[in-house]
Amino acid sequence: MIRFSLLAGLFALIVPPLALAGEYDLTVDRVKIDTGEFVKEGIGYNGASPGPVLRFREGEEVTINVTNNLDEMTSIHWHGLILPFTQDGVPGISFPGIPAGKTFTYRFPVVQSGTYWFHSHSGFQEPDGAFGAIVIEPEAREPFRYDREYVVQLTDKHPHSGDRIMRNLKTSADYYNRQQQTVGEFFSDISEQGFMTTLRDRLAWGDMRMMKADVEDVQGFVGMINGKGPEQNWTGLFEPGERVRLRFINSSAMTYFDVRIPGLDMTVVQADGNNVQPVTVEEFRIGVAETYDVIVRPRDAQAYTIFAESMGRSGYARATLAPESGMQAPVPALREPARLTMADMGGSHVMSHGDGANMADIDHSGMEGMDHGNMAAMGHGEMNHGEMNHGDMAMMNGNARDPFYAPGSGLTPTAASGGKFLSYADLRAQQPLYEDREPTREVELRLTGNMERYSWSINGVKYEDADPIRLRYGERVRFKFVNETMMTHPMHLHGMWSILDVGADQWNPVKHTINVQPGTTVYMETEVDAAGQWAFHCHLSYHAAAGMFRKVIVEGGPESMSSALDSVNATAGGDL
Amino acid sequence: MKRLVLVTLLASSVLSPVVSAQQLMEDTTERKQALRVWGAQFEELEYRYSDDDEELGVWKADLFYGTDEFKARWLSNGEYAIDEQAYHTLENQLIGQVPVSEFFDARAGIRFDTPEGPDRTYAVVGLSGLAPQWFEIDASLYASQDGDVSAEFDAEYELLITNHWILVASVDASIAFSEDREIGVGKGLVSTETGLKLSYDLIDRSFSPYIGVVHERKYGDTADLARDQSSGIEDWFAVVGARLSF
Repeated sequence: MIRFSLLAGLFALIVPPLALAGEYDLTVDRVKIDTGEFVKEGIGYNGASPGPVLRFREGEEVTINVTNNLDEMTSIHWHGLILPFTQDGVPGISFPGIPAGKTFTYRFPVVQSGTYWFHSHSGFQEPDGAFGAIVIEPEAREPFRYDREYVVQLTDKHPHSGDRIMRNLKTSADYYNRQQQTVGEFFSDISEQGFMTTLRDRLAWGDMRMMKADVEDVQGFVGMINGKGPEQNWTGLFEPGERVRLRFINSSAMTYFDVRIPGLDMTVVQADGNNVQPVTVEEFRIGVAETYDVIVRPRDAQAYTIFAESMGRSGYARATLAPESGMQAPVPALREPARLTMADMGGSHVMSHGDGANMADIDHSGMEGMDHGNMAAMGHGEMNHGEMNHGDMAMMNGNARDPFYAPGSGLTPTAASGGKFLSYADLRAQQPLYEDREPTREVELRLTGNMERYSWSINGVKYEDADPIRLRYGERVRFKFVNETMMTHPMHLHGMWSILDVGADQWNPVKHTINVQPGTTVYMETEVDAAGQWAFHCHLSYHAAAGMFRKVIVEGGPESMSSALDSVNATAGGDL
Repeated sequence: MKRLVLVTLLASSVLSPVVSAQQLMEDTTERKQALRVWGAQFEELEYRYSDDDEELGVWKADLFYGTDEFKARWLSNGEYAIDEQAYHTLENQLIGQVPVSEFFDARAGIRFDTPEGPDRTYAVVGLSGLAPQWFEIDASLYASQDGDVSAEFDAEYELLITNHWILVASVDASIAFSEDREIGVGKGLVSTETGLKLSYDLIDRSFSPYIGVVHERKYGDTADLARDQSSGIEDWFAVVGARLSF
């Protein structure tokens, strides 16, 4: 017996590199989600939300059996994974979906490494809790060292179901907004800025029928980390002096988080699963659906708080790193709610009602700095004081301006510590994934919407009325995002990488989700190397559902692809 | 002819892999359909006590279903006099609503008035939406089955004392372009109702109790008709009620 297991062990040692294949089982279940503040019926995997951390190896051929125990259709999308489109898990685009009571088997080779996640792409199952993490071990050695690692998966759990939230937003767009400007704020602004300035400001916004407080559409959530609310305090243990890799994943439906660990610097080593040249920061903002891997090195035998404040400061998630469980560190207070400024309205056509002189400034400067050549200049922190709104001065102190925000934007982040806050402009690929080449064409996508009606669209057209975006296999397409709304949109293209233009040419970082801030223009390039059809959308759940969504069809491609497509059409999507 | 068929067959058999490669599935999921939503609310559901010791139960309700492009709406409002056990007003409108600008919708439909006394049926056209500086506006034009034309204008402003304490100021004016003596309406400005209510959002925005004052007044010929009936032309009410939404 012993000899047999020894043999088997030896065999296992030799064999895996030859035939790396793993089989995984996931069940989709109704679960209870306890935030510490309320308990809520939701959807999870293998009986819990978040679901399990799936650990794959690069080069592995995975088989994943997904059994739907719900009484409705479901699906799983492997967010950020490069795979045949039939395995991408978007109902109506990749496959018909997984009917109630059925098992669907996903099969695909794992061709990458890093931190990713998976989630349902059906209805509002993802905001209702249907997500989990993916960690892929690389084939080669990583260009950084760490002693232990944790997944830190963030979400914004709301007491209302996704359907209810969508209905409330459609009925009244400010339903969940409890940070609106009040009479009290009017008077405190008067005492700070004077009566006329305050009145003029209110009239200008009132004229546009837009709210400065319109930063977070859905407030009233509890920020959670790895399924634990702030009071439940998820804790990761460490030995003092160890390097700890934290794999941050933002699985929120709607919420951007500003993440910091008071007392620790964080060295960002990966963004969206791809290695970046290490950059040490004290705080970073993680957009919905993004991932950042950071390495921290706590040297003291004390507890540290992982504090993730929502961008609009309406809520937070909190966890602890400690040498022993049960230890805790102080939890910082939330900072003041962010207020949009006229700069954030820079791209908004509604601005034409506003005051013209001011606007002219904004329109130019909103674009500049995004341009290739101008990147070098951005460190100078040049800003046009004329267009800055009084109260936002505090926001800007110290930090050079972030070129991925409109100059004077009320959303421009600053580190609570006064130190370095990560910008997209800091991200450089560790290794270029593709040969750098000129794009073959540019596709402009204006991000559009009507806040009051809570309708969201691309180029003014909602998904229900839109034709697919058609790309040719082998192209390198330059996407130009022009954000004409006053909200931030995390744009996610399935199946192909999004090479974010930070002006670093072949060192531009490779991502799967790109934040486009209000009043800005952002470029990304995509090597069109995956045939089939793919989803492309804003990853804010209720924006995608309201129409900010497209189908992308990649035409042409290698022969093998065409035959793969044939078999898909024959079986209509895997073994059901 | 036969040869042509043969050629076509051959061609199609050769080309079929390429053709089917183009036949990617159509998105027929719900996502590709227009989003349908419904909503139901009582903007007012209140008890009024007048300076003449009159007691009223008053509601203003709204039920809708539809898409961004078209909504069907049922609007209902009424005043029930508790002592008399009679409806002073009882209006129900069935309307369709389409967007006409970024902030405004056009409405058209039918209004049925079935209070104590004579009934009326009107055709309705109107505009509703959000005007600059956050004024919520409803403007309607009515034509009765007898050809009497009237108009109604509603404006409402919400002042946020805090994010939960809200002071709502509203004014509602109706104008008649011809007399309808039977229902006590004279030509010209008919009446106004002005209100000031302080509400508190107790459960989300679905239950918001309020207290307030309402002033009702009749004008011109309408006031004269009221005097002839020896009923009042001006009332002050103390109100207590709640805004409900489902």
